Amino acid sequence: MTTALHERAAGRTTAAGARRTGRRRRGRPVVLFLAPFLVPFAALYLAPIGYTVYQSLFRMHRSGLGLTAPTQVFTGLSNYATALGDPDFRSSLLRVLLIGAVQVPLMLLLALGLALLLDARSTLFKRFFRLAFFLPYALPGVVGAIMWSYLVAPGLSPITAAAHHLGLHLDLTSNAMLAPTIGNMLTWGWTGYNMLIIHSALQAIPAELSEAATMDGCSAFGIAWRIKVPLVRPALVLTTVFSIIGTAQLYNEPAILHNVAPNLSSTYTPIYAAYDAVNANNFNAAATESVILALLAFVLSFGFLKLVQRRGAAL
Amino acid sequence: MNANSAVRHGLSRWLVLGVLLVASVYFLAPVWWLLVSSTKTNADLFRGNGFWFAHFALLGNVHQVFAQQGGIYWQWLANSALYAVGGAAVSTLIAALAGYTLAKYQFRGREFTFNSVLAAVLVPQPLLAVPLYLMFSGVHLVNTYWAVLLPSMVSPFGVYLARIYAGASVPDEIIEAGRIDGAGEFRIFATIALRVMSPALVTIFLFQFVAIWTNYLLPVLMLANDHLQPVTVGIVGWQAQRGIGPTAVPFNIVITAAAISAIPLVVLFLSLQRFWRSGLVAGSTK
Repeated sequence: MTTALHERAAGRTTAAGARRTGRRRRGRPVVLFLAPFLVPFAALYLAPIGYTVYQSLFRMHRSGLGLTAPTQVFTGLSNYATALGDPDFRSSLLRVLLIGAVQVPLMLLLALGLALLLDARSTLFKRFFRLAFFLPYALPGVVGAIMWSYLVAPGLSPITAAAHHLGLHLDLTSNAMLAPTIGNMLTWGWTGYNMLIIHSALQAIPAELSEAATMDGCSAFGIAWRIKVPLVRPALVLTTVFSIIGTAQLYNEPAILHNVAPNLSSTYTPIYAAYDAVNANNFNAAATESVILALLAFVLSFGFLKLVQRRGAAL
Repeated sequence: MNANSAVRHGLSRWLVLGVLLVASVYFLAPVWWLLVSSTKTNADLFRGNGFWFAHFALLGNVHQVFAQQGGIYWQWLANSALYAVGGAAVSTLIAALAGYTLAKYQFRGREFTFNSVLAAVLVPQPLLAVPLYLMFSGVHLVNTYWAVLLPSMVSPFGVYLARIYAGASVPDEIIEAGRIDGAGEFRIFATIALRVMSPALVTIFLFQFVAIWTNYLLPVLMLANDHLQPVTVGIVGWQAQRGIGPTAVPFNIVITAAAISAIPLVVLFLSLQRFWRSGLVAGSTK
């Protein structure tokens, strides 16, 4: 490979001979400089993906008496049929789809709204608000999740206590409330991050555009809706894709909520289910579920991108 | 501007302020609750106003956190620091070298390499954690420091940032001048390029440090030995022991431990805001 790089580098050189030897010498640095990244990258990104796909095609076979060590048997796609036939895993997939379908739009609308308000010229205390909204992102996700788990835990929760004062019975860890509670944890933790990305895009819009629109009698709301929102479309698409991927990998919040809500099942989300399979020493099932989840995340985020691209072309 | 529209303008201004205030209460109140709660005794957590102080027991709580389970909290903080500093330092250097090479050298496969890096940026770490666990348990790396350190040393996002920054800020003329002076390629990188790229290096280090410090799924999968665990895994372990047997950890300890573990990040965030923003904005323009 080194020689190929040499030849190529040398071949491209059109300058004088002295320069050419200089270039020739430079083929090796490229390989040496990239290797410290590419070798671990291949070992820690590509290899686990390949290994997981491979594992998902096998199953441990134990002999009848269990006297000999279990052997790996190739089973084709049968693990996939098992996983997709498992009602627990299926409902974990449905659950993240549902949480994502409700929470992601709500969060992004909130982030967009806050970003637009912060971007308006007459808004006061911008620095303070930007910091306040972004603070949850600066907190480790685990700390945020522990905090919220106590904020909703029966006995500790000030929210439940306040509802009780008003004569309402509210249990934020009941089965019906688990999904909204997790949705709230995600919204709290990630709105500020998304707002900052959208706000940065808003700041890149030339001020003359809004000024011209104001001259033409456009209201502040009209400017926001007709000029600013279309211009920050790329930022909105990006935050949507990030949020879809983020929801697919949902694990910390439900796992930590489980410590105060034992009714939350240990297969609540797909990653949770894969973790559960790892704990049960069923590596092949864990591998299969990981591959299914990765494919789902890819299809959804890529599908969304294609959808907006097509619509963008139609407009 | 006539009087009518001035009134409307003033009104809408207050309305905007009101909306922003409500939103900031939503984002700040839980953190306030955490801070207030970390100053309360376990009994006080269950009575009175959750958002206001009772008997001030912060020092006692901190003392209890560091005394719990034979002082293992120190070890957890040290482990987190080791993973985060070690992983971030190595990944930043590797990323700087790779990003600089991708920006400043012409070679076959350059675009392909860069596009693979970009694709990897989109692969979320949690999705990789289970596969990494399966592979590491195959080569018996599970339950060692390396199980968390090795994956922390690779940062495709860092390479992406480094390439963008090197491309924009390291002039070809400086590199050529170094070559004419007879400096080796590595020396040019180490003495000239690294210095020019230092703002980007801070950003890469910061993002990787935070990603490692806050990581939970990877270490909880990899590390069963609680003396190897980082602080995130340790605290959740305490939280899970609530009310079970004589080893139960009181709520005030878990809350105070969680609050302490966030301090390094909040300090980093407040002191390096500029670098946060530059990293996020770079992330959003790709």
